[in-house]
Amino acid sequence: MERSLTSARIQQRIGFSLLGLVTFATVLPVLLIIGFIIVKGAPAISWEFLTAMPRNGMRDGGILPAIIGTFYLTLGTAIFSVPLGIAAAIYISEYAPDNFLTRLIRIAIINLAGIPSVVYGLFGLGLFVLFLRLGTSILAASLTLSIMTLPVIISTAEEALRSVPQAFRTVSISLGATRWQTIWRIVLPQAMPGIITGIILGLERAAGETAPILFTGAAFFLPRLPQSPFDATMALPYHIFVISTSVPGMPIQIQYGTVLVLLVFVLGMNLIATLIRQRARARRQW
Amino acid sequence: MENTSQRSEWVINLLIKVSGYSSILFVTLILIFLLREGLPALGVTPLSNLFGDRWYPIESYFGILPLLFGSLVVTLGALLIAIPFGIGTSVFISEIAPPWVNSVVKPLIEILAGLPSVVLGFLGIQVAAPLFREAFNLPTGLSAFTGAVLLALIATPTIVSITEDALNTVPPAYRQAALALGATKWQTIWGVTVPAARSGILTAIMLGIGRSIGETMAVMMVTGNAPVLPHGLNALVMPVRTMTATIASEMGEVANGSPHYQVLFFIGIVLFVISLGINIAASWVSLRSKTRAERVLS
Repeated sequence: MERSLTSARIQQRIGFSLLGLVTFATVLPVLLIIGFIIVKGAPAISWEFLTAMPRNGMRDGGILPAIIGTFYLTLGTAIFSVPLGIAAAIYISEYAPDNFLTRLIRIAIINLAGIPSVVYGLFGLGLFVLFLRLGTSILAASLTLSIMTLPVIISTAEEALRSVPQAFRTVSISLGATRWQTIWRIVLPQAMPGIITGIILGLERAAGETAPILFTGAAFFLPRLPQSPFDATMALPYHIFVISTSVPGMPIQIQYGTVLVLLVFVLGMNLIATLIRQRARARRQW
Repeated sequence: MENTSQRSEWVINLLIKVSGYSSILFVTLILIFLLREGLPALGVTPLSNLFGDRWYPIESYFGILPLLFGSLVVTLGALLIAIPFGIGTSVFISEIAPPWVNSVVKPLIEILAGLPSVVLGFLGIQVAAPLFREAFNLPTGLSAFTGAVLLALIATPTIVSITEDALNTVPPAYRQAALALGATKWQTIWGVTVPAARSGILTAIMLGIGRSIGETMAVMMVTGNAPVLPHGLNALVMPVRTMTATIASEMGEVANGSPHYQVLFFIGIVLFVISLGINIAASWVSLRSKTRAERVLS
């Protein structure tokens, strides 16, 4: 008895260490990737790199049009997906009856989340670029990215709305407020930090995506900045793809520099989302 | 006054309802436009060609089998890595690790989930491919194996977060009962907690598969772009081409409405159906386990 107990203990100790190693091996690449890109990319970063147009077949100069393009695409995605996503989440959390149609909505959201990004690209090409004749444009690409981002925003916003205690709603309604007044004045403000976190995480994903914009709005190279939503645009993720696969003799430093800029953009959003979530958790009184 | 506010509330409620149904609309629209552009491929390209083993669009060979195979090989390779590492990590952070370890590990996993796939693809070209080529003495590092490693990194956060959720929903009473019966923590984990969470873990693996099959950029950049049906076991270290990479790399160069264009959309339909199947199966698994848990606990 005594012996089997110790052997179980030894087994446990070995098992725990093994799982610790597995976890370490899983997160180590993340640290290496980020450290490596910072070390290799930082020397490329300069004021000119961030604010100048590319020159000499993109081998010189800056990456301004790609930075601006990614900013426009993220903004465009937000304009469409944020109001729609929040409204959809409100419907599911506050209005929807428990019936077949609601289950269908859930299934649809789950499936939207699972559709491969390149299939969104095909869809955007078929609907926005060709059928609606928007052409390869910021508008078409933003609409495509919006639909892709929607499930992320809906599910995080729904979770945030649901976490608001039911008593808040009951009290508000019993004081004579209508359902919408209750949602607008009571539920939404309480759920806001969670909703904003979800929005940022969704937009972060949109900002880093390449496949959905390949045929809907991304341009290989443009000599000037986009002038309207109907222009195509350069974008950081597509630019990284282009300079690392299709431009011979591309200086390696510029490649790492561009990757670093995208990483700062994306991880910066991630950091903001984390901070908002932590602050909201610390402040929550219920 | 009362009337206008009632009317505006009616409008708002209507807008919210419409937004609620928008997801159904979008899934339907995606399906319609994929079918509209892709189904004509069946009329123009004979089935024997479409499901043939040769992909060479310039000479009108549109066999998607090599691409299907390419997707399966990299996905399988990715899962062989991502499942043990993903489940191991989630067991560690949910059952074993002290809080301070979690406060380091969890954000790192989230960062991994947020890394754009083009960044991983870039590092795959610059770092992983040369490394693997030298380490395993291969003719090229741009192979299914490199793709599988990158895909494993992409699928792991999905597997970890869903598995962790599944482990967290196992009632503490299960663990307490096992510990009270004299089991060690280790025996409790593998004898009680993990089996109790198995449907959640199955869901995690399925969604990991979906994530891997649908991944485009990283795979396109490092798998060497060779749409050939390989022979034998060395397939894992040979260049391949996935379905997603084929769409991404060829759609830019085809004429709208040409047979090649239609076949690329047809591949899109195949991908759509695969992801639909995986997601419906995954939600069915988790739904079934939920109702079973309610039965057991009530």
